[in-house]
Amino acid sequence: MTLAALEITSSYYLVLAAMVFTIGAVGVLTRRNVLVMFMCVELMLNAVNLSFVAFARALDDVTGQVIVFFVLVVAAAEVAVGLAIIVAIFRRRRHATADDLRALRG
Amino acid sequence: MIAAAPIATPAVDLWAIAPIIALVATGVGLVLIRALLRRNQAVTPVCFSVAVVGLLVAAGLLARQWHRVRDDGPIVSLADMVRVDPFAVFLGIVIVAATLAGLLLAYAYLRREDLEAPEYFALLLLSAAGMLMMTTANDLVVVFVALEVLSIPLYVLVAFDRRRLRSQEAGLKYFVLGAFSSAVFLYGIALVYGATGTTSLSGIATFLAGNTLFEQTTLLVGLGLLLVGLGFKVAAVPFHMWTPDVYQGAPTPVTAFMAAATKAAAFAAVLRIVLTAFPQYRDDWRPILWVLAALSMLVGAVAALVQNDVKRTLAYSSIAHAGYILMGVYAASSRGREAALLYLLVYAFMAIGAFAVVMIAAPGPDDAKHSYDDYRGLAVRRPVLGGLLIFFVLAQAGVPLTSGFVGKLELFGSVAQAGETSDYVLLVIGVLSAVIAFAFYLRIAWTLVTAPDDDTAVAAAYSTRPRRVDGWTGIVLAGAAALTLVVGVLPGTFIHFARDAVFF
Repeated sequence: MTLAALEITSSYYLVLAAMVFTIGAVGVLTRRNVLVMFMCVELMLNAVNLSFVAFARALDDVTGQVIVFFVLVVAAAEVAVGLAIIVAIFRRRRHATADDLRALRG
Repeated sequence: MIAAAPIATPAVDLWAIAPIIALVATGVGLVLIRALLRRNQAVTPVCFSVAVVGLLVAAGLLARQWHRVRDDGPIVSLADMVRVDPFAVFLGIVIVAATLAGLLLAYAYLRREDLEAPEYFALLLLSAAGMLMMTTANDLVVVFVALEVLSIPLYVLVAFDRRRLRSQEAGLKYFVLGAFSSAVFLYGIALVYGATGTTSLSGIATFLAGNTLFEQTTLLVGLGLLLVGLGFKVAAVPFHMWTPDVYQGAPTPVTAFMAAATKAAAFAAVLRIVLTAFPQYRDDWRPILWVLAALSMLVGAVAALVQNDVKRTLAYSSIAHAGYILMGVYAASSRGREAALLYLLVYAFMAIGAFAVVMIAAPGPDDAKHSYDDYRGLAVRRPVLGGLLIFFVLAQAGVPLTSGFVGKLELFGSVAQAGETSDYVLLVIGVLSAVIAFAFYLRIAWTLVTAPDDDTAVAAAYSTRPRRVDGWTGIVLAGAAALTLVVGVLPGTFIHFARDAVFF
């Protein structure tokens, strides 16, 4: 069997998206470095983008592709605010891991 | 050759989104004024006045919309993406009122904490614009964009106190969990879109009514993820972990705004999504809401019992209140919707009132001392302020002749009306939670009326000069107290108001 005979359907992309999303979600919940957690959120958003495009292809509908642009814009705005908060903390603490942030407990 | 087909553009009814435009325009205008008056001393008062005017304009537009949509039916515009109906306008009014309170409380607070920055007002208005967008959203994509427009300014507002590490820690926690929950919500949208081929709420309902799905897993997982994402925003257990930290760490006016307005906006999305898009799947989402409501009521009340910080206690109580409101969503009837709307209205004012007192009453400069010991004897030293806090916590507990009692009665009634065994079990859990909650509300009240035991504590309490209540805060306190009392004594008008607002 040659590789060309293998037909890549949109469900391959959906499974890939689900796996990337899971990696991102587990990363946010288990990693301690705030920047890495932040990157994992981006991973989740991009996994969702991939599934939107795959669904748009499968449904032959352009809406899914349009949504991706909305998600990209929102993610960019989120990055700006998130990094600003991280920088503000970093200026005071010199490092930023989730374990250092424990003034609030109860 | 391909003839260029004219691109069909949807009809745009600017009137439908006029309140949102008013808030966005004011918010952007404030940033501009700030830039132009950079070196001027008067920049903060000017920006404050502009923000108040902008909010009043939005409130006026909402009041006009209310009469129109109540009498002539909903306005649907922008390719079915925006739907202005009595439900949306009602919650819009709650949100604008809560924003006004957040604004008035902040004026003296920012000066006192040496944080004077007009950006606060702009961020507050932009967040409120996102909330209004959320109430009118009739498409999952609009819900997502609105969710982000309301959240992103809130992340900054929570971290607004640059010098206080707790504020920044709260901001970062809110940001990471907020971004995580939006991503989960977005994946839910993707799966629902994949299963139904549309993101429009009415489109999803039409599709599900007309077609039997070959396999339902995609849709059900999508619906579940949507509920998880919104569960974070309404602070329902088990998605509540951020709430106590963020409520405690955020500047107190922001906490008041979040407790009142964010809750209203998030519940607008919950109610609209489950009831208009997935009515055929009510047997699937109702058990999820049952669990969320029961856990929120129990965990919120029990955890509040063991706190040593007044702000944190109020945060856990807001989780319990989210559970009560979820009961109204769970009832899935127009009675339940009416009760949920009424409760969102009354809770907004009880929460704003309580946090407004907390903002003034805490001793010390940094808005950090909120432990029970710091509040001991407050009602003795400052009878009006202490009395108001006692009034607001008793209202939250649901004492008769306050709005909290009327709200709880309506919610419990709406669940009892359905009349199945599981409904009664939820009702029992709700009453149990209300009884447990009574204990910690009474504990706050008891702390306020008892004088400190030892003399040093008394001396310390009296040595700090009591903070004057400024005029704007006075207005907010008086308004919140008046509403809490009036709804409790004469509930008829407000119940009718909520009854008119149940229509999607």
